[in-house]
Amino acid sequence: MIKSELVQIVAARNPHLYHRDVENIVNAVLDEITDALAGGNRVELRGFGAFSVKNRPSRSGRNPRTGESVFVEEKWVPFFKTGKELRERLNPDLADEED
Amino acid sequence: MAGKTVTRADLAESVFRKVGLSRTESAELVETVIDEICNAIVRGEMVKLSSFATFQVRAKNERIGRNPKTGEEVPISPRRVMTFKASNVLKQRILKAHTARKAKQKPPSPVA
Repeated sequence: MIKSELVQIVAARNPHLYHRDVENIVNAVLDEITDALAGGNRVELRGFGAFSVKNRPSRSGRNPRTGESVFVEEKWVPFFKTGKELRERLNPDLADEED
Repeated sequence: MAGKTVTRADLAESVFRKVGLSRTESAELVETVIDEICNAIVRGEMVKLSSFATFQVRAKNERIGRNPKTGEEVPISPRRVMTFKASNVLKQRILKAHTARKAKQKPPSPVA
């Protein structure tokens, strides 16, 4: 499913809305998540999962081709942890097992 | 602003401000969007949201794990897991924002 298909599905469930509005709604949701992460916040959506940013400290790496040691800058990367409910929906047979 | 947890209510507020639906309807639409993303994932579909991220379901075979506390070996049953891959746009946004914020907080080290 790509973004335009998501818009189509949501639009089909809301026939009173303009297609354009649904597009704006989907973008508003994704933009708000992006802005939150850029602003140093986390986003928790029960039933789906939680978005957060992880810090990766600087380290000295190695160029695998030359074996040369290089400095790797500190960085921040987006991270997503699948929520419990979604994990259970993906694995209905494991429902009673501890995660 | 940093360090807060954003929830459905904040997403609904953003839809309310940007799209101009009622607050109630904004909340319902946010729910529908999240719902339909989850449904596609559960169906096993890859969900590709350009400029944001890709969610993909992977099947994992049974493997042998170990209870880290007791050292006991236990089989881990086959299962489906979801992988999240952020788009380059999202990664760059986050990296730039955090790098800039850090540079503002602390003057660059004298070594650099």
